[in-house]
Amino acid sequence: MNAQEIVRSIEAEYLKPASDLPTIYVGDTVRVGVRIQEGGKERVQPYEGTVIAMRNGGISETITVRRTFQGVGVERVFLLNSPRVAEIKIVRRGKVRRAKLYYLRDRVGKATRIKERFDRAK
Amino acid sequence: MSLGILGTKLGMTQIFDDAGRSIAVTVVQAGPCKVTQIKTNETDGYCAVQLGYGDVKEKNLSRPERGHLAKSGSEPLRHLKEYRLAEVGDLTLGQSIGASIFEDGQFVDVAGTSIGRGFAGYQKRHNFRRGPMGHGSKNHRLPGSTGAGTTPGRVYPGKRMAGHMGDAQVTVRKLTVVRVDAERNLLLIKGAVPGKAGTLLNIVPAKRVGRAKA
Repeated sequence: MNAQEIVRSIEAEYLKPASDLPTIYVGDTVRVGVRIQEGGKERVQPYEGTVIAMRNGGISETITVRRTFQGVGVERVFLLNSPRVAEIKIVRRGKVRRAKLYYLRDRVGKATRIKERFDRAK
Repeated sequence: MSLGILGTKLGMTQIFDDAGRSIAVTVVQAGPCKVTQIKTNETDGYCAVQLGYGDVKEKNLSRPERGHLAKSGSEPLRHLKEYRLAEVGDLTLGQSIGASIFEDGQFVDVAGTSIGRGFAGYQKRHNFRRGPMGHGSKNHRLPGSTGAGTTPGRVYPGKRMAGHMGDAQVTVRKLTVVRVDAERNLLLIKGAVPGKAGTLLNIVPAKRVGRAKA
């Protein structure tokens, strides 16, 4: 085994099985279940928003999810393989023409809508 | 005064701990090293063991090197390194030493050769600030003054200037061993270690610096 293969084999132990993660595309609306520790108790808090960016890279794969909460834009970056991300549900598939939807940051209200597409399974 | 090990940096990745936190780790191939020489008070006046590490073709070793390795009956080894010990203990010539000399959670010092950056300027080498890029300024990446004038009439030694940077031995102290894979002789060390992947590393249990807490 060469160096790269050894590093990959260590990462493989921490990767989630492929069945746990749905296929996510930029533009999708997702609901992410985040594990939260509160006073010794653990619960799953949902966070819903639009995927505006994805970063591939094996164990360090992330999605950036944006939502507007009480008029304030909130973006959270989720490490997909992290145990803190309990589950990810696709709420809606979006049709976009960019890999990064950073232009949504400059828009408010109706202008942030993304057209839905129906050719991808949820 | 404790036994370390030689190894190779394989690369970096991240893993998750029990609490779900991600930890950046460096994967290090630690050993297996062969004990090639044992020095004792009787033979050398001090106690130490010499470890050998790394494959090499026999033809690339000199005859004296081959002869030295033949004494411990080890295959051709590229790197040799001596570790001072308080006492040799039960180490024997030709014995194989692996990553299992470390344990999870232990602190280690890791020494290696840093990435060479060639002839580097003031900003990169010494973190000088640059001059303004506009408003008629022609002082972009220059050092500024290097000292006073006629008195002393020279630049003081040690004045930080441009020059060769990197490719020097660097030791990073008190890194945590996150995981030991004794089977494959791998160490997962929290944080970064000097050099690129493939660089030779010397890993020793952390040296305690400073006075012990009373």
